[in-house]
Parts: sequence; C-alpha cells; structure tokens
Amino acid sequence: MNKLIFAILAALIAAPAAADDKPVALKKAPGMEAVEANCQACHSLAYIPMNSPFLKPAAWDAEVGKMIKVMGAPIDDADAKKITDYLKANYGG
Amino acid sequence: MIPINRRHFLGTSAAASVALLGGMNRFALAAGANLSPGVPAGVGSIASMATLPGKKPLIMLADRPPNYEAPLEYLRTPITPNDQFFVRYHLADIPEIDAKTYKIKVGGDGAASPLELTLDDLKKFPAVEVVAVNQCSGNRRGLSNPHVAGVEWGYGAMGCARWKGARVKDILEKAGIKKDTIEVAFDGADGPVVDKTPDFIKSIPAWKALDESTLIAYEMNGQPLPHFNGFPARLIVPGWTGTYWMKHVVSINALTKPLGGFWMTAAYRVPLGKFPLIARFVSQETAVNTPITEMVVNSLITSHRDGAKVKPGKVTVSGMAWDGGYGISSVQVSTDGGKVWTAAKLGQDLGRYALRPWSFELTARKGKNTVMVNATNKLGQGQTSELIFNPAGYHNNVMQNIALVGA
Repeated sequence: MNKLIFAILAALIAAPAAADDKPVALKKAPGMEAVEANCQACHSLAYIPMNSPFLKPAAWDAEVGKMIKVMGAPIDDADAKKITDYLKANYGG
Repeated sequence: MIPINRRHFLGTSAAASVALLGGMNRFALAAGANLSPGVPAGVGSIASMATLPGKKPLIMLADRPPNYEAPLEYLRTPITPNDQFFVRYHLADIPEIDAKTYKIKVGGDGAASPLELTLDDLKKFPAVEVVAVNQCSGNRRGLSNPHVAGVEWGYGAMGCARWKGARVKDILEKAGIKKDTIEVAFDGADGPVVDKTPDFIKSIPAWKALDESTLIAYEMNGQPLPHFNGFPARLIVPGWTGTYWMKHVVSINALTKPLGGFWMTAAYRVPLGKFPLIARFVSQETAVNTPITEMVVNSLITSHRDGAKVKPGKVTVSGMAWDGGYGISSVQVSTDGGKVWTAAKLGQDLGRYALRPWSFELTARKGKNTVMVNATNKLGQGQTSELIFNPAGYHNNVMQNIALVGA
C-alpha cells in the first residue's frame, strides 16, 4: 500500500509541470533547485513571481518561516537558507 | 518521504484523483489575461487565461491550489454564470466527490443528537433560495499600496449567484443544538498535501449560523454546484466574505468553545476599529484584531476599463454595487474628481445580499474624462477615498476613478 501511495504522490508532485502547458519558469540562479525541490510539493511556483518584486528580505524570511513552522513544510535548515537567499536575491523588493 | 496526507487517497479512489489531474492537463490556454492596473509587476509573468474543466477561461493566478479570478467582462450581469464564477482554494488536495456516497457529519459538543446527512437527506429540509455575493476577503489585495503578501487578486475574486439549499438552522435543530453553542464549525473535503499543514476549517458565530439565510447549498443558479465551487454542497454565509463559505462541506460541528487553529486565530483577521463593521464575531476577538466578517460597501465599474477609448458624446457607464447585506441605497458618480456627485440609475433588485446593477449616462469630451463611483448602503455607509491599509490586504473598497479617453 505504501508503494502505491508513494507512486501516486510522485505522480501528483510531477503533475504541476504537466498540468499547465506553460510551467512557471523561475529565474535561473543559485538556490533555484532547492526552491523547486521543496516548494512545489504543496503549491505552484507561481506564488513566488506573483508576490514580487516588493517583499523585503525580512518578509521573505517570514514567508519561508511560516511555510516551515505553521504549514509544516518538511524543509531542513540548509535548504531553508538556500531558499530564502534565492528569493531575496531574485524576487525581493 | 514526505508525510503525504493519505485521508483522501483512502477515502476516495486514487484513480479519481489522477483522472481529475488528467482533465486538468487538457487546459486550453488563451493568451492575454487582462490584469487590473496596480497589481504587482510579477503577476504579469505568471497570470494567463486558462480553462478549468467545466469553466470558461478565467485569469489563472495559480493552478495548484487553483486560484482563478473572473475577468471584468464576467461581472456585467447581477448573476454570474456558474462557468464564469471565480475559483479559490487554500490547499491542493481536492478530491472529486461522488454525490451518491457523500455525507455530512453533524455533531460537536453543542449538539445533543449527532447525525449524518446524505445529499438526499439535505434536499428533504425546506429548500431556501438566496441571491448572494461571494467575494474573497482578499479581493483587490493586489491593489494594496504598499503591496502585501498573498494571492494578488485584482477585481475579479467575486461573483453573485442564486443559491438553493437547506438552512443550517434547520440542520442544527435536528441535531439538537444546545443553548450554550457559541460557534458552528465547518470542514470541507479538500485538505492539505502534507499532514502537518493545518486543515482549512472555519467557524461562524452561532447567531450567524442560525440566520434564516445561512444555507448549505446544493444548487447554484438552478444547477448542481460546479466541482470547483464546492460540489456537492457548500456553506452560504450571505453578507460575509468568502473565507466562511466552506466548499465540499463534510462536517458541521456546534461548539461551546471557540474554534482554534491557524485559519481562525492567525489568518483572516483585521485590525480592531479600522473598518465600519456592524457584524461582530465576539468569541474570536482579541485586544488588537478580529476575524473578518461582513463585506464593506463597494462598487465596480464593469462597462469600461481604466483608459478605455470612447467616442465623444453620450456614453453609458455601468457596473455593480454590493455590501454586507444591508442593501444598496444609492450609487453616486462624479466626473470631476469628486467635487460634484450625481445619482446613478439603479437596476434590478435581487435582494439585499445581491449585486445591484447601476448605470450612468455622461457626455464624454475629446481627451481625458474621469469617472468616479461611490456606493452607499441603507445604513449610510459609503466607500473610502483612501485605502484603509491592513497587513493582509482585506476590505479594499477604495472608490474607483477611471479615465475614459474621448477620441
């Protein structure tokens, strides 16, 4: 049963790119892989460009912190740092 | 392995979930989403016209969870057709529901006789109809200045429909609601992808749940609800913002203590005292903020976009007005930036919770003309000329002031 669920999960996570003919293309820069690997399990990457360019560095820290602490995103500290650095550098305001 | 929420894979067939995504693969994309002026620059890079199954093209802000707003053209009638109605979800695990096996559990510590209702059971209660605006709390968030984080909606996270269903009051009475019930909580079948994400569960005060017009609706404009608007049944809270209008309702709980959880205690709150609201949600108020409740008075010009070209001469400008359920009493239009105001003609009245059409004939000159609109409700409340800033970008009812270019 676990294998089946994992296969479905994998299909679902892979789905966002396929679900839309025009997948969200993030800016290619260091940290993009960490964003893609962690964020789109739960939501489209569209939320990132949509919320730009106006969030200050502290606001991006708060957003990523909320995803981990409140929304329970299983992101380790090393990836969290890569993600916030990437968002501040590429989608900050 | 990510702790995926298995509830829906066990509760509904995995094949159905995958089939739904298969359907979404067939999105027909249309270029050129016409965005509201003033939304963050980044919105333009991700928004597009896209077609969900059973829908006409809507402005897609995100496909997962699905958040799609109506283009201005869809809001030109007081009833928004089902296939043009906006779509808003918080969490991405959205099962397709089989109406034959669908059930709502009714209980909670404030209910003496818990029960289960099938869709057929729901239809046995006296059927009630109400025409009501469903507007996302964050409609127009994208226009906030300064911008705030969230789904960056323009003007289209709203619609108005004729809802038919059973009164929540009748359901609660059958479940033996106790006198010390202070809130009634509603959960929908949609849930989080990851177990640790707080499920989206919302409560309303008992007095609002027991209102004659608060319904569990199974019909929208004479048809079953579209999947993306809450099939088979959703909560209708006339006058109040969309956050309470739980889709795919699977449980109703009468509570003698306030509901907790992120979606009640942290999200959907407005600073105390900033907005002229009558309806209060006292059991959830803190010293500094309160849950959002009723909608503020608002209007929208639907006939023209800002900067539209018109022929000099007679031009009819029209749109919609609405409020938190007290009813629109007048819509005033100014063509000189707010010095002189003239009453617009009001259209069909579909009830105090409905969109109220209005129209105004002006004489356009060559060059720039301006049109400013301010709706007033029966309490005498109007719109604001300056944004009442709040951190989540709620209750934006700034009067529009658009330009029409005579040429």
